[in-house]
Amino acid sequence: MNTLVIARQPTSPAERLRDAAATALIALLLGIPMIGLTTVDQGGVLRVASRWPALLAFVAACFAGRLLLRYASDLLRARRLARETAAEATTGARPAAGGALLTGIGWAALAVALLLPIVFSDNRYVVDTATTVLIYVMLGWGLNVVVGLAGLLDLGYVAFYAVGAYTYGLLSTQLGWGFWQALPVAGAMAAAFGIILGWPTLRLRGDYLAIVTLGFGEIIRVILVNWTEMSGGPNGITSIPRPSFFGLPFKPPGDAPTFASFFGLDYSPNQRLIFLYYLILGLALLTNLFVSRMRRLPAGRAWEAMREDEIACKAMGINARNVKLSAFAIGAMLGGFAGVFFAARQGFISPESFTFNESAIILAIVVLGGMGSQLGVVLASLVLVLLPELGRDFAEYRMLLFGAAMILIMIWKPGGILAHREPTLRHRRPGDGR
Amino acid sequence: MMLELAGVHAHYGAIHALHGVDLSVQVGEVVTLIGANGAGKSTLMMSIFGQPRASGGRIVFDGEDITRLATHDIARRGIALVPEGRRIFQRMTVLENLQMGAVLGEEANFAVDLKRMYALFPILEERSQQRAGTLSGGEQQMLAIARALMCRPQLLLLDEPSLGLAPLYIKKIFQIVRELNREHGMTILLVEQNAHHALRVAHRGYVLQHGQIVLAGTGRELLENPEVHAAYLEGGHAARAT
Repeated sequence: MNTLVIARQPTSPAERLRDAAATALIALLLGIPMIGLTTVDQGGVLRVASRWPALLAFVAACFAGRLLLRYASDLLRARRLARETAAEATTGARPAAGGALLTGIGWAALAVALLLPIVFSDNRYVVDTATTVLIYVMLGWGLNVVVGLAGLLDLGYVAFYAVGAYTYGLLSTQLGWGFWQALPVAGAMAAAFGIILGWPTLRLRGDYLAIVTLGFGEIIRVILVNWTEMSGGPNGITSIPRPSFFGLPFKPPGDAPTFASFFGLDYSPNQRLIFLYYLILGLALLTNLFVSRMRRLPAGRAWEAMREDEIACKAMGINARNVKLSAFAIGAMLGGFAGVFFAARQGFISPESFTFNESAIILAIVVLGGMGSQLGVVLASLVLVLLPELGRDFAEYRMLLFGAAMILIMIWKPGGILAHREPTLRHRRPGDGR
Repeated sequence: MMLELAGVHAHYGAIHALHGVDLSVQVGEVVTLIGANGAGKSTLMMSIFGQPRASGGRIVFDGEDITRLATHDIARRGIALVPEGRRIFQRMTVLENLQMGAVLGEEANFAVDLKRMYALFPILEERSQQRAGTLSGGEQQMLAIARALMCRPQLLLLDEPSLGLAPLYIKKIFQIVRELNREHGMTILLVEQNAHHALRVAHRGYVLQHGQIVLAGTGRELLENPEVHAAYLEGGHAARAT
């Protein structure tokens, strides 16, 4: 170990100078015939002319460039070394430091999220895009339970999103249910579908599980396309009622009291957008709270243990079946909630919104964010939703940019943007009780 | 009789790994099972846990037939396993690993048991907030043992606890096995390749060859048996010096 460190130590300034001087010498030797001497056509006769100032500049540039290059590479190496030593020294007290910083970032992000619609209250585009980001945040947090915590690779997550959306769409248009009535039912419905998917795949892991879940996602979509009597087929479900503010609709003033008339405000279509924004923010925060509480319970910690080693878990008396099914069901339920919101926001749903592409994006959010990291999901959602938006100027090169960014993130941070994992259990002094 | 295997067969797919094994462990005993690579030691250990399920014969624990029980139900009867290769939860902290070991136990016992484990393995207290995967091999083995003990088992199964460890840790592991048995009255079934150490710490031992028990006796008898000596203890001389 010691020899390794010495070998990787940066070179001293004197060594760097010597190295640069050697480079300059080579440049000089090469430069004399290539730059220093040249031929000039003088009245039909070729004569050799010298260009010593140019040669001098060339040699000086090589000297300085080499010096700079070595310096930069040493700097990079030293930084990498420092990072490695820091990682090695991560014992006992260390993990808390990273955690505290992340908690700070989390609270700051929450403050920004709360203030955003106030600052941009008359900018439809910003509020609308932020709402989209939050939908993906919520979906990411839901899928994080299945993929990040329980380690079950699910490529068909969009199916639960669809189940939630269609459940609300049907309940509201056929039976006249309201948003809040339908929300728990749709969640339960999606959870039931989670168990339907989970049950036959209990013995599968990794790639095999991924294939089955991929198929499941497609089955749901194909059913939605073809079962026209139920789902409206490719035409989808239209005129889904928008959520109301405790019974007060967001409408231009009419006979019945509306949100604007009740609070004595001037009607503006932005009010509904802002309400929708806060609605998904609330749902997402509830999701976050729920998932982080679950992680701290033995049942939730078992998800992570199951991801780490299934056999060891069983040998500890943990019922692997229940743990997996609960992860599938809870992940699906959260996806279902997001689906209800999606249907209510769009007012129109069709199978086209629930293609494999969506599953892939949600999975990318979880993986790019850092498996199991809640804050990572937020950052990755921001990147993946905003990047295509910002890239609109690049027209057809947009997706190219998008793909390149994803690859770069994976090279730069193979564990995801935030690979840090917050421990779920802190040491307590004996006698604290438990 | 704490554990009794009668004519146990096991298959891994088409491979017939165990051919009618008879073995018993009495309360308060350390019993060791030695044998070469691929003799079926780990299969035997895992088939007690139903992984793979015994395809013939009976496994009785504490008077109850557990042959057909699910793995987690077997664990709930009071058998704890320190699996081969340790199988700790790498990305979780040491403390979380110990907590997982205690999922079956009473919530109220957790603090007491944790203290007990920290007394037995002080290094674990030092590293309690560290990711388990960053521990050294020996420390991971200690963690695996502590995790298994957190559920207050009646019977502890140790599957090759000395595998791949530095000699100093090997010595320590066997010291702990002895201490657990002598001072805490723990009944232990120990599978080992390190026959010399294992037989010295065990009351009784079995030799497994090609999925069959070929020899059985007290630890001392087996240590002195010329066949055992030739097959499993040559090269164990260096270890004897410890």
